[in-house]
Order: sequence, then structure tokens, then C-alpha cells
Amino acid sequence: MSNILEIKDLHVSYGGIKAVKGITFDVEEGSIITLIGSNGAGKSTTLNTIAGLIKPESGSIFFEGNEITGKDPNFIVSSGITLVPEGRKIFPDMTVLENLKIGAYLRKDDLSDDIEWVYSLFPRLKERSWQLGGTLSGGEQQMLAVGRALMSKPKLIMMDEPSLGLAPIVVRDIFSIIREINKQGTTILLIEQNANMALKTANHAYVLETGRIILQGSGEELLGNESVRAAYLGS
Amino acid sequence: MSDFIQANLPYLLAGISVGGQYALIAIGYTMVYGILRLINFAHGDVFMAAGLIMVFAAASLPMYISIPLVIIVTVLLGFVIERVAYKPLRSAPRMSVMISAIGVSYLIQNCALYFTGGLPRVFPSIPWLTDTVTIFGAITKRVTVITPIITLILVVALVLFIKKTKVGMAMRAVSRDFQTSQLMGIKIDNVISMTFIIGCFLAAIGALLYFSNYQSVIPTSGSMPGLKAFVAAVFGGIGSIPGAVIGAFLIGIVENIIKGVGWTTFSDAFTFVLLIVILMVKPTGIFGEKKTDKV
Repeated sequence: MSNILEIKDLHVSYGGIKAVKGITFDVEEGSIITLIGSNGAGKSTTLNTIAGLIKPESGSIFFEGNEITGKDPNFIVSSGITLVPEGRKIFPDMTVLENLKIGAYLRKDDLSDDIEWVYSLFPRLKERSWQLGGTLSGGEQQMLAVGRALMSKPKLIMMDEPSLGLAPIVVRDIFSIIREINKQGTTILLIEQNANMALKTANHAYVLETGRIILQGSGEELLGNESVRAAYLGS
Repeated sequence: MSDFIQANLPYLLAGISVGGQYALIAIGYTMVYGILRLINFAHGDVFMAAGLIMVFAAASLPMYISIPLVIIVTVLLGFVIERVAYKPLRSAPRMSVMISAIGVSYLIQNCALYFTGGLPRVFPSIPWLTDTVTIFGAITKRVTVITPIITLILVVALVLFIKKTKVGMAMRAVSRDFQTSQLMGIKIDNVISMTFIIGCFLAAIGALLYFSNYQSVIPTSGSMPGLKAFVAAVFGGIGSIPGAVIGAFLIGIVENIIKGVGWTTFSDAFTFVLLIVILMVKPTGIFGEKKTDKV
């Protein structure tokens, strides 16, 4: 399989701090890739840069062989990359259905099949279709954020800490959905502090520390790695 | 009671009418605030400029060209102001944008001073609008009766537009969260321009109605109606369209009732006392957001 996303020697400064100091990695089409690392390692900055929210200082980003470095978020979304932002960021004064519709903002075709598809992935959202986003529980909001991202029919979904602040049982649900979405053909780039869950789910993982990739390997390899266990798995 | 109403009917009608005109201006304040968290001090002057453009347009063009022309030029003016004076400051502190808005306000007033030579310009009378009509025994201009009707139609259309259309949905999204809106593929700058375009469109209509009633335009003609519309927006809860409309009608009506009972000198004072009271008692206004991250 070919690489859907290629990051080459990316440098990004954010808020006056050099957050990403030359990282290079690939995302293979159809896989689940995870970046793990502690707070401040540069994970979110990396995703936000790919999504076009932050302009990189140097380096390049290729999506399906085309350079997308420094393009606007609008262009990135229309080329097939969506970011599920940290903290879910659903629109609290819009209904669940409106949140899904706004996820498909750039699409001009009929949405009803895809809305049904998202509802079949998340039956809880269907029950709450007319409720305001802000009234949902944290787990439901995360499901809505993922559903909203799916509505743009992305080829690559990036997720920024989907497990943040959720109960362990909800986290398990979210991760099983992530695997399900992947099975249905969407490539996934996941960043997590919950390294255990992320490594069990991912085909390939990269460990970020203070803006650099210090380690990479398959999820299982890293789960067995002594220093990863000590630093991120607490054992 | 009925005697009182009969005696005050002209004032009540005038109040509803001027309230509608304030409402059309107030929506521009409240929408721009909703999206940019900016009090667009230049908005009252855009309103005045619309009146002045009408004065110059009608001097050489027939009405059916002048009126659409005024609306188009006013909308363009609003669009250009946003692109030139506010957009470059998108990531600057809010105070900088506000100072830029004050600058634009004075710039427009001074341009108007230059073009008019400081003399009051007579607003052309738009046929049909300025005809006199009799309502329940009260004699008034037709514009007085038409204004609240036009206002309500435009407000309902606007609310439906924001609730039902994709662009309206994008406006609601952007007013909540720039970054997440961008992640949906929404072009923030286009939505902001759209907001200014709608605001200035309504201000242009408001100006045509308002000046049909008051008949003369001077460079500072926008200040007082602008301020009152701003108070209306604050009263209704800045950011809320229905709030601004209710506030505007309330101010218009009370102001004219006060004139009716003979305290004309205090009619403006009422508006500003209302502002002070609102800011002390309920700073978020009647329909304001609960959050308190205002300037």
C-alpha cells in the first residue's frame, strides 16, 4: 500500500515556542497511525499544521502525492483530510443534526445516506438528533465530533486526544468505533496521551518528545518497549 | 384611556416607525458584535453615508435607479471598510480593532463634511413614501406606516436565513468558534464579509426610511440614530437579533411618547438613562448570552 500522507522535516513554531523541531513520518493508506507523547511534545501542533490552522516554518506535507504545505484549512478539508479537534469542539447551540450537516459544509450532494450511516455507527446520536449539542454528555459529544468529521467523507481523519476526559468504558466504545471506521476504508492518524489504548489500536506508532520523533515501530513493538512502558504506560 | 391613545396616536405611530428604523441599524451592530466581538463604531456613519449617497444620486438619476444604487454602494462601503480596516487586524487585540472602527467613523464623517461643505443637504422625497395618509384620524406620512412593516419582513427573512440556510449555519458556527469553523471548511473571511454586507444592506434601507422622515442629512446625522441603535442592541443583549429589534422598538416608542407628553427635551436622555440602568442591572441585556467575556 502507498502512503496517503508524508511529512518531511516539519518545523513549526507556535506561540513563540518551537513546538515541532523537524519531524518526518508517513501514514500508510488504510492504516491507523498514532503519535504518542506527553503534554507539550508537539502532537497537537503537528495535527493543527497538517489541518492548515498553523503555517509551518519549514518542511513539507504531501497528501496523496500532492504538496499541501501551508494551504488553508478550507483547501485541506476539500482535499480529504479532517481533524477532530482536541476537546471535541462541537457547536453547543446547534442541534445534533445541524452539527452533522455543518461537517459536510463543503459538500453539495445529498447528505441523507451519510447522516443515516453516522446514525448507524452512533445510535445514541440518532435518539438525540434534535437535542442541542451542548446538552450531550462528554462521550456523546466525542461521538458527535467524530460523526461530524465523517460527514465530509474524508480519506484521512486526524483525531486529537479523543479519549480526553472520558470514562474508561466510553473510551473503549470510542476506540471500537475508530477501528470500525478504519475497517470501512478511512485512514486514521491518532494522537493520544492514553498510550496503552492507542498502541493497542494502531498499526504503526511514533513517539514524540519535545518536538522530535524519538522512537517508532508497530503498536505491539512499542507496547513491549522498556522505555515506552516506563514513560507512558506507568509500568 | 381611549382619549389618551387618540391624543397620542401620532406619537405612537412615529415611535413605532422610528423604532423600526433604529432596529434596521441595530441589527448591523449586533450581528457584527456576534461574529467579531467588535462594536463597529462606524456603523452609524455608514447609515449617514447611505442618506448622503441618496442625496447625490437622486440629484441626477431617476428614483428607480437611485434607490438600488444607494443600497449597492452602501453594501460595498461596508464590505470595503471590513476588508481595509478590520481584516488586517484579525489577530490583533480587540482594542486595536475598536480604535480602527473609531477611526473609520471619523473618516466617513470628514469625507461627508468635504462632500457637503458642511451644509445640510435636503433628502429627496421619494414619491409614494412621503405621501400623507390618515390613520384612525391621525395624519402622517406613509413612510411612518410602511417602516415597521418593512422592518418586520426583513427581520423575519433574516432570522429564517440564519436558521435555515447553509450560509446562516456557517454564520452561527463562526460566531461561536473561528477555529472549529475553519476545520469544517468554512472560509471565515467570507462569512465576516457576509455579515457586514447584511448589516449595511439593512442600514441602507433604514437610512432611506429615516431620512424620508427627517428630510435633511448632515455629516453627523448618523451619530444619534447610531447611538440609539447601539443602546437598543445592548438592551436586547448584544449579539441577539430579536433582542436588538425589541430594544429598538421600545426606545423608539418610549422616546416619542415622552415627546407626546411634552417633555421633548428629555426624550434623548431617556435612551441613555436606559443604557446606564441596563448596564447596572443586567449587563447582558434581555436576550444576552450568559457568558461574560465581553469588552
